[in-house]
Amino acid sequence: MTYLSKPKLLRPDTPKNALGYTRRDYEGAISTLCAGCGHDSISAAIVQACFDLDIEPHKVAKLSGIGCSSKTPDYFLGNSHGFNSVHGRMPSVLTGAALANRDLIYLGVSGDGDSASIGIGQFAHAMRRGVNMTYIVENNGVYGLTKGQFSATTDKGSKSKRGVVNNDSPIDLVALALQLGASYVARSFSGDKEQLIPLIKGALHHRGPAFIDVISPCVTFNNHPGSTKSYDYVREHNEAVNRLDVILPRDPIGASYAPGSLRRIVQHDGSVLHLRKLGEDYDPSDRIGAMNHIQERHALGEIVTGLLFVDASAEDLHRHLNTVGKPLNQLRDAYLCPGSKALEALNASLR
Amino acid sequence: MKPTNIGAPDYFHKVVDCQWACPAHTPVPEYIRLVAAGRYSDAYMINWESNVFPGILGRVCDRPCEPACRRGRVDKEPVAICRLKRVAADLKEDIRPLLPKVPSRKNGRRIACVGAGPASLTVARDLAVLGYEVTVFDNGNSAGGMMRSQIPKFRLPDKVIDEECAYIIGLGVETRFNHWVGSLKETLAEGWDAVFVGTGAPRGRDAEIPGRQEAAAHIHVGIDWLSKVAFGHVSGISKRVIVLGGGNTAMDCCRSARRLGGEDVKVVVRSGYDEMKASPWEKEDAVHEGIPILNFLVPKAFVHQQDKLTGVLFQKVHAEYDAKGRRSLLPTGEPDVLMECEEVLVAIGQENTFPWIERDIGVDFDKWGMPVLNPVTLQSTLPKVFFGGDSALGPKNIITAVAQGHDAAISIDLFCKGRDLKQRLPPMTNLVSQKMGIHEWSYDNQVSEEERKKVPTKALASALKDIKIELELGFDPRLACAEAERCLNCDIETVFTAKTCIECDACVDICPTECISFTSNGEEEDLRGRLKAPAANRDQALYVADGLKTGRVMVKDENVCLHCGMCAERCPTGAWDMQKFLLKLAHAGAEVRRT
Repeated sequence: MTYLSKPKLLRPDTPKNALGYTRRDYEGAISTLCAGCGHDSISAAIVQACFDLDIEPHKVAKLSGIGCSSKTPDYFLGNSHGFNSVHGRMPSVLTGAALANRDLIYLGVSGDGDSASIGIGQFAHAMRRGVNMTYIVENNGVYGLTKGQFSATTDKGSKSKRGVVNNDSPIDLVALALQLGASYVARSFSGDKEQLIPLIKGALHHRGPAFIDVISPCVTFNNHPGSTKSYDYVREHNEAVNRLDVILPRDPIGASYAPGSLRRIVQHDGSVLHLRKLGEDYDPSDRIGAMNHIQERHALGEIVTGLLFVDASAEDLHRHLNTVGKPLNQLRDAYLCPGSKALEALNASLR
Repeated sequence: MKPTNIGAPDYFHKVVDCQWACPAHTPVPEYIRLVAAGRYSDAYMINWESNVFPGILGRVCDRPCEPACRRGRVDKEPVAICRLKRVAADLKEDIRPLLPKVPSRKNGRRIACVGAGPASLTVARDLAVLGYEVTVFDNGNSAGGMMRSQIPKFRLPDKVIDEECAYIIGLGVETRFNHWVGSLKETLAEGWDAVFVGTGAPRGRDAEIPGRQEAAAHIHVGIDWLSKVAFGHVSGISKRVIVLGGGNTAMDCCRSARRLGGEDVKVVVRSGYDEMKASPWEKEDAVHEGIPILNFLVPKAFVHQQDKLTGVLFQKVHAEYDAKGRRSLLPTGEPDVLMECEEVLVAIGQENTFPWIERDIGVDFDKWGMPVLNPVTLQSTLPKVFFGGDSALGPKNIITAVAQGHDAAISIDLFCKGRDLKQRLPPMTNLVSQKMGIHEWSYDNQVSEEERKKVPTKALASALKDIKIELELGFDPRLACAEAERCLNCDIETVFTAKTCIECDACVDICPTECISFTSNGEEEDLRGRLKAPAANRDQALYVADGLKTGRVMVKDENVCLHCGMCAERCPTGAWDMQKFLLKLAHAGAEVRRT
């Protein structure tokens, strides 16, 4: 952590996006997390993604629960809406906000404790209900704020800083999300922004629950030999299945790829996901295949990363519930209280 | 790219742009921090060691450091380095106890310095403290040379020159003022162990156009006129004056004319405004005093009635550039312009002249009449004769003269000891961590966001009344501190140790100017293009370090690094450290420990 604010001076050639903002305009307060925390890299990736996508900061709502990860919304998008909710309760607060105003982009930031332990029920239901959101779990496999106990995502056999071995089975949030119906599922690593930034961009442009599990080493309590979530371990065991580029409708057509090496997926808003295959053939539209692949590789000690599953035609909660299109705060009295005649008609229809 | 060798003195020296740009390589950030801390005497002594005339240079230096200042690349204006030097000189206490002690036993070598300008005085200072017996000759009645005769008193008062020359003469330097050296041959016959020539560029170029002879009484060569003004031989001028020329001398002429009674003073220049040789701040000062600068006008004739000057006729021109970028000034074809005036000051350049050096004594001159010198040792073809300042490699400025004085002093010292003049000592460098504790650095790493402070001046109306009144008042301690805080401390270097880096990206994420990248290695061209922010400024180095676990390299673009230390603060393993780089040139006798 640092006590200084970041100097405001910019490089003379600082790029600006279509809105005239610099990347720095998407930053928040200076981080108070430990120096070297993977979470800060994820914050930087979110900043970069929002800058690249020309997102208007006031069109974003960032919500979080409790924990190191849930502190991070203070460190990015300083001009966006934010809500730091109860431990593990981000998904339901976010669901409520999304129901009240569907015009905002919802970004839920959580950690392995917040989502896989105290909030696992909330996580599960947000996924299965199809809330239109980007759900980022900053997964370090450790309870950093309480001095480094194992979390629910710590791998069996992984060692704590003091050499204690974890005997409990881990929860794989990616596998859960796939099973529960998330329509955009990815895993990445805080130390690989080239992979992470496009995954966040794709998720922000996805309609439906988009879940990204980001392995984010805890430098203070979980970055030692014997840990399966250290920088070195993740770098050694990272098996990326694909590389994503997100192409917006306004973007010029870029480089061409060898036939068969590229998969194009058009999302509902016209954004195109360009998936470059890496290594063997992997089909990101096959939910069951994805679940199998991840389990197989996990058994071999590998960490599968990349865009693991996407259903570009998914529907979301609003569609399921047939909610009103306008944000609730914009509905006029006449609409909210249509009068006794309308009530009578409604009652009559139920008789 | 090959990993950067940060042990080579030049690498970090270049990062300190101001020090690198200074001909005398003054450790600028070091003294600016002392100014901020209120340690003015210490700040003065750092300057005095490097550039000998802090009070003078703090007022009239050509400031090559300021255009080079890194702050100028990330902010509107650079740090006011020059005026902070003046602060050290203005606010210091008595520094005489801090001056070096002169050995009581001389070494028996006698050195003659011809001319008492900045180059000669630097040679005298550097050698006197080593035990040499130095004698300075000048035809004037006091030391200072062109600093005293050319620079108007409203920019540089005599008392500042007196004080700083006295420090040198006080080191036991003998002076022979009012002494015109008329023959180098005769001087050499006096048995000096070495002779240093620091006679400047004393001849002003004239405008050889029709009417020059006829109206001669009203047309003056700029530097001659300035020196007459400086010594009180001229105390007035006509109401309407035209100054020809676009250099700093022209600016001094017009501003002096304005103070001596010139009401309608104009500067007329052949070239465009931006191509003028004068420093931007000197042009601004002239304009501020109500003096118009008219460009793209070539003088064609002095118009006169009998011997009375009535005006100057100018041809209108425009600039055209050929394929190689060379400029030529071509007539626009518009009618010539007549500007009325009663007097003209010609400030279109200075020339060297050595009428007192016989051509048959072994000192060779080239076809332009300049002495043939070794550019490093400044030794002439006659081994015991050395040159420095404007008289060596052509007219430049005071700080260059000082730098050449240091170089010549080294040469003279080596020459007198019978050593090889090319075996010169490298600079002294030092690199020390500035970490004091968690988030604690020995320098103020918070980057000031304040704008450049303006130097307070006397009210213009009263300043224009007396040519001896110094216009600028100098910064007060509060302004000086605020301005000093704008310095980015470029000498506090970012030093990277790959061995301890865990590649967590914390430095990449925090860097406010996106200087740091971790990427696969490549050729410089390729690498410059694919950094986090492209490194387009090729004058600025890339700092490359290998030895990382992933096989990538750390590349830092030095160009706009704010030296804020955020990378080091956010580094969990101390792979980044902020270390102070201090470089001091080895002056004459640096190999001997002084007592």
